[in-house]
Amino acid sequence: MNDPHLLTLHVNGTEHEVVVEPRRTLADVLRHDLHLTGTHVGCEHGVCGACTAHLDHAPVRACLVFAVQAEGADVRTVESLDHDGELSDLQQAFTDHHALQCGFCTPGFLMLAEGVLAESPDASREELREALSANLCRCTGYQTIVDAVCATAASRREKIS
Amino acid sequence: MKPAAFTYHRAHDVADAVALLTDLAAAGEDPKVIAGGQSLMPMMNFRLARPTALVDLGPLRRVPSMTAISERDGTLTLGALVTHHAVETATLSPDWAVLSRTMRWVGHRPIRSRGTVAGSLVHGDATAEWCLLALLLDAVVVAEGPAGRREIPAGELFHGFYATAVDPDEVVVEVRFTRPSPHAALTEFARRHGDFAIVDAAVALDVEGSAVRGGRVVLGGVAPAPVRVPEAEAALAGEAGDDRWAAVADAAVAAIDPPDDGGTTAAYRRRLTRTLVTDACREAAGGIP
Repeated sequence: MNDPHLLTLHVNGTEHEVVVEPRRTLADVLRHDLHLTGTHVGCEHGVCGACTAHLDHAPVRACLVFAVQAEGADVRTVESLDHDGELSDLQQAFTDHHALQCGFCTPGFLMLAEGVLAESPDASREELREALSANLCRCTGYQTIVDAVCATAASRREKIS
Repeated sequence: MKPAAFTYHRAHDVADAVALLTDLAAAGEDPKVIAGGQSLMPMMNFRLARPTALVDLGPLRRVPSMTAISERDGTLTLGALVTHHAVETATLSPDWAVLSRTMRWVGHRPIRSRGTVAGSLVHGDATAEWCLLALLLDAVVVAEGPAGRREIPAGELFHGFYATAVDPDEVVVEVRFTRPSPHAALTEFARRHGDFAIVDAAVALDVEGSAVRGGRVVLGGVAPAPVRVPEAEAALAGEAGDDRWAAVADAAVAAIDPPDDGGTTAAYRRRLTRTLVTDACREAAGGIP
């Protein structure tokens, strides 16, 4: 009963055709079929947020979406953030603020933060803290992650004004 | 973990979904509807749920009524595929603003992107915020099955332990909230923000002038299903204030018989109930002149 499906997925602006079992999660298809291993898999039940990616511009848990459900949607992963190998402002801020140690949670935090900042560019530190509480980090203690996201939000607001 | 194998079927409209569910069951399969999947997928990944076929309502997002939020004549209607995040960001009148305010308690932002109101109600978790809101604001779930559409009032929806009155061959079409409540609040306690609540409490106050005439008190996490507490509701009428809320909380604590399970004792759930009912009453009364 593996019921293979031929899917066309739009990931980071590129069309991919894959043949997958319906039980394959979007996280696993990204990693194993498309070799986009930036999306990490932690808990596989929606608690840790390591697999956070964007589906039609909204942050989602890629372990809680079957790849078959993502057909026709715009999928974005952490691989979409850099500019020809140059870190994005948010990625650079993570480095500058020591917002990562082992780095396992980082792609999820980056995609979560990008999703939140896109929707709420004027979010306060408190609001960002609450939004970032969606993901788990076992190294940093979170403060530096909040610092990095707040700094990015502030510098983006400055650029607009 | 990874989910067990299943076959995947896309529904193109509600009738198609019902036909798929009926045909698959007749063929000996154990089909299940998936919408946002934010409750079903964790259970499948843990293999606590092993449906042999999934009927995906995703393509129905193209049907405007399935994602519509509309207020008319004292009723708020949510299409079955309205997400928690859509309610969080909707501009609702004061009659229904409690729904938007409550969404911050529902999982986290990425869960709210996908998870649906109707899915949460059909899942029927005893602490789910939508289940409490359904009892608080007299929701009616409209479900379509092989015999047509029927309306299920919230009071008849929850059988406890994740069982609901929606049959396996039925698909929810919309959820109507029929009890406007400008003075309402929901609050909860979980060990980590975004986790399932240990106890949650929702209060709606019926206000005339500056007096409270009555209202609703709903609790989650104190029984196998979310419950209204008539004993606490009876204590609501009178002058608003902390003495009143303390009496309401006392009545709620006296009325419940919460479970005593490994991590959390019945006594602790009672203490949480006292605190949360009081807080919900205070918050609900915030706008009273």
